[in-house]
Amino acid sequence: MATYDGLFDGLGLRDWCDTEAADGPMSMADLLAKTQGGGDAATSLRDLPFPSLDALHDACAAIPQSRDLTQGLETGFLGIRDALRVVVDPLTQPLSWALENMLWLMTQTPWWVMVPVLLLVTWAVARSWKVVGFVALMIAGLAFVDHYEVAMQTLAIIFVCAFICVLLGVPIGIAMSRSDRLQGILTPVLDMLQTLPPFVYLIPLIFLFSVTEPKLYGIAVILYAIVPVVRLTNLGIRLVDPDVIEAADAFGMTKRQKLFGVQIPLALPNIMAGVNQTIMMSLAMVVIASMVSAPGLGILVLRGIRNLELGVGLVAGLGIVVLAIALDRVTKAALARIDASQSSR
Amino acid sequence: MTEQTVKVSIRNLYKIFGEDPQGALAKVRDGMSKPDLLDQTGHVLGLQDINVDMHEGKITVIMGLSGSGKSTLIRHLNRLIEPTAGEVLVNGEDILAWNDAQMRSLRRETMSMVFQKFALLPHRTVLENAGMALATRGIAREDYEAEARKWLARVGLEGQDEQYPHQLSGGMQQRVGIARALASNSDIMLMDEAFSALDPLIRTDMQDLLLELQEELHKTIIFITHDLDEALKLADHLVILKDGAVVQQDEPQQILLTPSDPYIEEFVADINRARVLRVRSIMSREAPEGEVAGDVAPGDNLESVIAKAGGEADRVFRVTRGDEVLGHVSMVQVLRALVPRQAAA
Ligand SMILES: Nc1ncnc2c1ncn2[C@@H]1O[C@H](COP(=O)(O)OP(=O)(O)O)[C@@H](O)[C@H]1O
Ligand SMILES: [Mg+2]
Repeated sequence: MATYDGLFDGLGLRDWCDTEAADGPMSMADLLAKTQGGGDAATSLRDLPFPSLDALHDACAAIPQSRDLTQGLETGFLGIRDALRVVVDPLTQPLSWALENMLWLMTQTPWWVMVPVLLLVTWAVARSWKVVGFVALMIAGLAFVDHYEVAMQTLAIIFVCAFICVLLGVPIGIAMSRSDRLQGILTPVLDMLQTLPPFVYLIPLIFLFSVTEPKLYGIAVILYAIVPVVRLTNLGIRLVDPDVIEAADAFGMTKRQKLFGVQIPLALPNIMAGVNQTIMMSLAMVVIASMVSAPGLGILVLRGIRNLELGVGLVAGLGIVVLAIALDRVTKAALARIDASQSSR
Repeated sequence: MTEQTVKVSIRNLYKIFGEDPQGALAKVRDGMSKPDLLDQTGHVLGLQDINVDMHEGKITVIMGLSGSGKSTLIRHLNRLIEPTAGEVLVNGEDILAWNDAQMRSLRRETMSMVFQKFALLPHRTVLENAGMALATRGIAREDYEAEARKWLARVGLEGQDEQYPHQLSGGMQQRVGIARALASNSDIMLMDEAFSALDPLIRTDMQDLLLELQEELHKTIIFITHDLDEALKLADHLVILKDGAVVQQDEPQQILLTPSDPYIEEFVADINRARVLRVRSIMSREAPEGEVAGDVAPGDNLESVIAKAGGEADRVFRVTRGDEVLGHVSMVQVLRALVPRQAAA
């Protein structure tokens, strides 16, 4: 009775269809078809359905439905979940630990200690009073409207995640720059990480960990933000002047001497540009990660959306912008400093 | 010719670029030409049966047009490029059999290199660049500083220690490049078109500097150039390369007087022979008829002999070194030598 009945009859697969047919749960389409009293045999060409899994299933019960695919993925994932947990859980435990401690440290330290420390870090990185003054103003502004604590939470998560991104991303980038094969393998992975909508990371992670664990959002942030630092480290090292590399070889440098004495220093402007982007992307993701209990400004934005509290959402959103500008200024100043000290090319 | 030790020697060297160099090599040995090899197999014949001896304390100049394989050849001497077949002997040992550690020590201690595009480390100061070879050996900065400073001063770069390469002119950068090579205290210096990127006047200065240094240091220098004037000025031994093969090699004066094929005749046609040719290359042992008009030195060029004769065509000069009479040279001989063989024929 279904459109593709003829196909299976013609191929002589009717028996296989009927014997293999397991009595699966009825799909919505089946139910609808039933209530409408069956389709009529004379389907016009205009209504010919695409030979999708569901349409074929109608004609031959042995063919699975699309719903079985999604369900299969789910049961498959649940099947390996425990095994995966055994490996991933201890591996990522330090992340939870680092996040918890950093959050505790940055929110529990009195503000009159924390703010000067932050400004000192700013000075150390940027070496510019202008930038330090700017950051002081931004923090003061946030604190003035009582967003100090949430801002510190957001910053704490960004610091931990960006640090781990650099810690993992730079070596991965270096390895990629040394092997075209590894570059060929990792490039599509990086492309995927970068183009997947951020929400999609969260789905498998929610299954893997409980929502109360900080590493849940930590991993999501790191996966999303690590891409630029890996890419730009790889690119930076590959772009180092081949003449200079040849000179290093000609004077008998070891691979190690070349890496630390020539390649990394000369790639540093690019690596720093990657770090800057990584920090900005951590910030973007930490807001989204509020949906899985990441504390900070994102929670307030979420509240604004959920409860239609316009003011709360807008102020928190502006707070995020302020943080973004401050982080960007500081890392750009560091980048400019490196560029100036070796304005080589 | 006086007794000389061969310092570096190249034997039956072949280099073929492409997928299957060994397969292509067999074809070349069977007599396939460079263009045919490229057309039929897509392989580039870089070097073809090269045999050159480079003598201790002498300047061997390798000259050829762009693309003739000069850079490829010089990079075989420190194995920046691996040959397809053949031997490279340094102090009588085949370095192709050497392992990485031996090659590193060769590059650090025995052979230094000067590059066409200078190839200094852009993120290091002039002093650090000059000390690069020593630093690579693991010598601490305070220990190599004095040595690096000494060689910087020797090439005329005093008081620029803390500058960065990009703050210097091209000529000064190449002085740093030469100081870097000299500071390594290696016996052998490889110079790949070291002066080709410089303005003509500065180039002349640098050539004079090199000759002056050589007077004192007696390094074994392998110098690459595409400029015949430069080659004639610097060479003790001149090797002419064309399409990856040696066309002629000899003392430069001999090449001028007896070019071995039309390609070289054409090459030397535009040279100011009166200035390049020297008395010792054309003098005869026995005294010709006629009265001796004066004494000349064996190293005098023909221009100065003509000047001494005041334009008279019947003069004969005695060639003396100190009190010793080496031979005689007549104006007839001088005039004959001025005419290229091709034009005379
Ligand atoms: N890595 C390579 N792959 C293929 N061909 C090469 C490579 N390196 C050099 N060649 C070719 O070898 C020839 C000699 O090059 P090179 O030694 O750089 O010449 P030169 O220094 O005399 O200008 C050229 O035809 C060049 O195209
Ligand atoms: Mg070249």
